[in-house]
Amino acid sequence: MYRYDEFDERFVRERVAQFRDQVARRLDGSLSDDEFKPLRLKNGVYLQLHAYMLRIAVPYGTLASRQLRQLALIADRYDRGYGHFTTRQNMQFNWPKLRDVPDILGLLADVEMHCIQTSGNCIRNVTADHFAGVAADELEDPRPTAELIRQWSSLHPEFSYLPRKFKIAVTGAEHDRAAVKVHDIGLRILKHPQTGEIGYEVIVGGGLGRTPLIGKVVRDFLPKDELLAYLEAAMRVYNLEGRRDNKYKARVKILVHEIGVEEFRKRVEEEYAKLNGPSINADPAEVERIAAYFAPPTYEKLPGDSKAYAAQRATNAAFAQWADASVFKHRIPGYAALTISLKTIGEAPGDITSAQMRAVADLAEKYSFDELRVTHMQNVVLPHVKQSDLFAIWNALREAGLAEANVGLVTDIIACPGLDYCALATARSIPIAQAIAKRFQDQQRQRDIGPLGIKISGCINACGHHHVGNIGILGLEKNGVENYQITLGGDATENAAIGDRLGPGIDADEVPDAIERLVDVYLNQRLKDEPFIDTVRRVGVAPFKDAFLAKDSSKTEEAEHAVA
Amino acid sequence: MPLLDRSGLKAETFARAENLSDAAGDVIVPWANVQAVLEAGAGNHRLGVDIPNNISIDEILPLVDRLDLISVPFPSFSDGRGFSLAKQLRDRGYRGVLRAQGKLITDQFAYALACGFDEVEPADEVFARQPVEQWLAALTRITNVYQRGYDGAANILDQRRAARAAKAAQVESKEASHV
Repeated sequence: MYRYDEFDERFVRERVAQFRDQVARRLDGSLSDDEFKPLRLKNGVYLQLHAYMLRIAVPYGTLASRQLRQLALIADRYDRGYGHFTTRQNMQFNWPKLRDVPDILGLLADVEMHCIQTSGNCIRNVTADHFAGVAADELEDPRPTAELIRQWSSLHPEFSYLPRKFKIAVTGAEHDRAAVKVHDIGLRILKHPQTGEIGYEVIVGGGLGRTPLIGKVVRDFLPKDELLAYLEAAMRVYNLEGRRDNKYKARVKILVHEIGVEEFRKRVEEEYAKLNGPSINADPAEVERIAAYFAPPTYEKLPGDSKAYAAQRATNAAFAQWADASVFKHRIPGYAALTISLKTIGEAPGDITSAQMRAVADLAEKYSFDELRVTHMQNVVLPHVKQSDLFAIWNALREAGLAEANVGLVTDIIACPGLDYCALATARSIPIAQAIAKRFQDQQRQRDIGPLGIKISGCINACGHHHVGNIGILGLEKNGVENYQITLGGDATENAAIGDRLGPGIDADEVPDAIERLVDVYLNQRLKDEPFIDTVRRVGVAPFKDAFLAKDSSKTEEAEHAVA
Repeated sequence: MPLLDRSGLKAETFARAENLSDAAGDVIVPWANVQAVLEAGAGNHRLGVDIPNNISIDEILPLVDRLDLISVPFPSFSDGRGFSLAKQLRDRGYRGVLRAQGKLITDQFAYALACGFDEVEPADEVFARQPVEQWLAALTRITNVYQRGYDGAANILDQRRAARAAKAAQVESKEASHV
């Protein structure tokens, strides 16, 4: 993975000192509260309901063991012994003191980490496929591109005061695991159909929030070495023309939507044509320098299917079931990419204790070339483990309380922190996730239902990505009571789709029943081995809507009876 | 209002006026009047203009050769349009004085210079809290930056490139000396 050189090191250290000075200037009154707010946000410091929250960047979700151990140390020393992985592959601490933040930043810099641009109206932490360098369907590892953009976007002189936040994601695979179509800019690495040259498809204007939109292709093919100049042109058009009169219409998706993708493309291309590309772009040697850090580890030559693994599976059903849910096929024979579920039934999705962080770091060091990934599903991946080590890893994970066999299943729920922590939230998310997980906790039943993504957001800002959940849950507040809207058919992959609302919102305690009714429709309608989302696509929303509303009609009947 | 550049406070030589006849020396006129002023001839006046920050660069470009100063407003520090306008003006050939005026804060000074501004005219209210020492100190915080094509701090990509070239030259000369 990427290692800082002298420049990166100095940059991050200076940024820490700069923030320390910004805090001091806030305290002596040089900076007003209004002025300090975006400065602290651009360093990941939020003021939440009960305390400050610190969001730490995990660039494109890649972590080394020593980094995760440092996060564990910070959790113990400055927080309450746990952290929370977010849907942007970052880590959040919910209870730090503002006066401790500069020291925490120093500890992060010690392990080549930072909080730069994890919030604020700037280019945010760049995300990438969590199976980068692992997946067989990958054309090129997206992380060198993401790292190049991370550096280029850091303290950008022109694009640090944008109309609104700006999120970029990169994928290098056929199957989109980075949700590039619901980002402000999504980059898909591809081969030019005629020349075979490597480049990018550039997708702009996707996003969730209160106006969910699927991104549009503005460039079919951008040669790889032109990336930064093209991004500069696109960002400039947005910086100059994105709306600043209304916070809720300020994302680039609204600009693209209002002027149309053709007009947006025209403006970007006009600006791009006037730029001096070679004076902006990174030279190929720099791109190669970065890419060299992501060279594959030195794998052993192994048979495609480990005999030991097969034998362990055959004799231990619980292990086999866990492995079925957790193992992703590795491109190298005899290896596996292993997803560790942070969705233990009854726990808050994405939360991890300091002891668990250390346990996972140890496993990564021992079994996975010292490398870890954080997924936007709020789980953790050991990307390169030998199949023959899976059994030992499973045992270690069971001891750490991290062996839930539910990756990709109905209880692997994405949820934002919601009203338990967040100042923006209108309803709680975590207890809803916990209630649904409890309802479906039976292992056999989960496996029978198969892949089903439930995503929960505690407000319209959609940090839980509910719009693209196969089942989405949006928590709102109605007359002082939490109220949950249910959507169906969302998808964050290359088949990106925004879910359809099934009807009026329901109370918190009605949510598990409602989900169960939807699952029942699926189980009745599905063809053999057909996943939930495919059944929804085939039969349409109508039968699900009927089942969802069935509760309401019974209520209405009751009401009529009461009147009668 | 105070005026400062990368070396500190500087004397204001321009006065804002609706028309040239309203002032004696160097004058900054509103954008709405600049066409008429130019048509009448600026005479001995050095001429500047206050542009709005939602203007298209294409409207200004035909005039830039005849302008000595362009002042770009920052109605709030969170409105970053001025940075892009400055960058465009510089890239498209404007060589006169470029001024950032309004509610910028010290933490934006380096960004403003990088985008091509020469000077900042901060709002009195901001300057009262953020004296000139803070503006100058802000420029020393970050030594190197990652973006190519901007002014000010040295950029990291070119320094890496230079280091690579130096290393390659070293290897070459070593090989040559072996022969």
